[in-house]
Amino acid sequence: MTNLVEISDLNFGYNDRLVLKGINLAVPKGSLVAIMGLSGCGKTTLLRLIGGQLRAREGSVKVAGYELNHIGQRDLYALRRRLGMLFQFGALFTDLSVYDNVAFQMREHTDLPESVIRDLTLMKLNAVGLRGVQSLMPSELSGGMARRVALARATALDPELILYDEPFAGLDPISLGVIGQLIRRLNDVLGATSVLVTHDVQESLKIVDYVYFVSEGVIVAQGTPDEIRASPLPFVHQFVWGEVDGPLPFHYPAQTIQNDLGLRGG
Amino acid sequence: MPLDATMRGIRLIGERTLRIVERVGATIAFLGLTLAQSATSFRRFGLVIREIFYAGVQSLIIILVSGLFVGMVLGLQGHETLQNYGSEQSVGVLVALSLVRELGPVVSALLFASRAGSAITAEIGLMKATEQLSAMEMMAVSPISRVVAPRFWGGVLSMPVLAMLFSAMGIIGGFLVSVVVIGVDDGAFWSQMQAAVDFRHDIVNGIIKSVVFGIAVSAIATFEGYEAPPTAEGVSGATTRTVVSSSLAILALDLVMTAFMLKGWN
Ligand SMILES: Nc1ncnc2c1ncn2[C@@H]1O[C@H](COP(=O)(O)OP(=O)(O)O)[C@@H](O)[C@H]1O
Ligand SMILES: [Mg+2]
Repeated sequence: MTNLVEISDLNFGYNDRLVLKGINLAVPKGSLVAIMGLSGCGKTTLLRLIGGQLRAREGSVKVAGYELNHIGQRDLYALRRRLGMLFQFGALFTDLSVYDNVAFQMREHTDLPESVIRDLTLMKLNAVGLRGVQSLMPSELSGGMARRVALARATALDPELILYDEPFAGLDPISLGVIGQLIRRLNDVLGATSVLVTHDVQESLKIVDYVYFVSEGVIVAQGTPDEIRASPLPFVHQFVWGEVDGPLPFHYPAQTIQNDLGLRGG
Repeated sequence: MPLDATMRGIRLIGERTLRIVERVGATIAFLGLTLAQSATSFRRFGLVIREIFYAGVQSLIIILVSGLFVGMVLGLQGHETLQNYGSEQSVGVLVALSLVRELGPVVSALLFASRAGSAITAEIGLMKATEQLSAMEMMAVSPISRVVAPRFWGGVLSMPVLAMLFSAMGIIGGFLVSVVVIGVDDGAFWSQMQAAVDFRHDIVNGIIKSVVFGIAVSAIATFEGYEAPPTAEGVSGATTRTVVSSSLAILALDLVMTAFMLKGWN
């Protein structure tokens, strides 16, 4: 099986601080791969590197055969037409209706007549169960509905690679299950490849093929969902089972509390 | 010590000046980028029409009402002063020339900056803060050509129309006060005005001014929105900067253009 995304020895940082260190990962064609880790560990950053919104400092990021470190604007835009991305908060265009949001890329990138665009748009909305809200504005949707509309928009042009940033964040348990199932189904029906970035372990272990665990910018574990569930690694165990204290301390590094409270020399 | 304070003062002035020059340069560079990516706006002129509609509707009422008031005040003051020289019938000339040459373009641009300009900044800034611009880039659509350019051209094209409406309302206001209320002869009011207002030197110059103001305000408003830090404070600071910088730009440009227009362009 060939890899659609291949990252090797990637280092990336904002300003002076390294956020990702020595990342190696591969996403085989047709698979649904999750990148998990705590908030702030660099997941969104990694996704932005794959989408070409950020450039690696060292190492290489290859997507669909393009080396993103020295890709030109034209190639980057050509690549992005084959790519769909679901943003963490949906990022629906607030000045366009639900229908126009989903139709947006078809209008920008194709010369399809409006009647065909209409059929395709309604099909995409139907796939996420929201044909009924086509004329609403994004501000009139609930969080879960907005996420589903964003999903319909991200898949509007049947992308080869779909990137999901925290698709489960802030959803109720039912919407969560719905989105999870949709992500799996869209991947399989479209024959696409998906990268899912999340801190929601339980939900994503149900649907993904392979998992990478990131902690403080380093990949600390990887494997299939079953391997991850059975992992003896303390960090993974803590993460999967949601324990408060463990290898990851509850306290953010600080000076001693005696010092902070002025109780020097007790 | 006093020498130290003086040095600090001088350094501060220098830093401030450099920052202002840098900001002006960045705005002009952004204007260049916008112009370079304006093809879409003209190929799909509906996008611009929509922005003209928004900018126009937002500013229309305030500009009509202000124009009326300004014209009335001009009528009162003009009549009061001209009476001393026994030439109160020239009040129409005074009202019309003040409006067409100066007050129409300048005041309507100031109002446009605080009403439509700040709205453009806030809208683009919020689109950035909610990742709508990133989402657009990920769809291989340039936010400059799809979001910035139509708003820029919408502003540039509505500005002269609004300035002319302002002047027209002002002349009506001046007419109401001096002819209807005070009792200046209406034949003299109109005929002297027609004789004194020159098409090339007054009306065309006024239009040139308002087009330049439209370019300045729209460039500043779009630039500030696009460069706004993606937070609530960032966007609110940017809208304030739009109003302040636009107002200064309008007044400074007016001085320069007036000097050239009175002297003749060569
Ligand atoms: N634009 C930025 N500039 C500077 N630092 C950033 C920027 N974006 C993210 N960071 C920092 O990089 C780290 C990783 O961020 P991010 O990739 O958003 O984490 P995650 O998505 O896993 O929560 C965080 O510590 C964050 O503060
Ligand atoms: Mg994130």
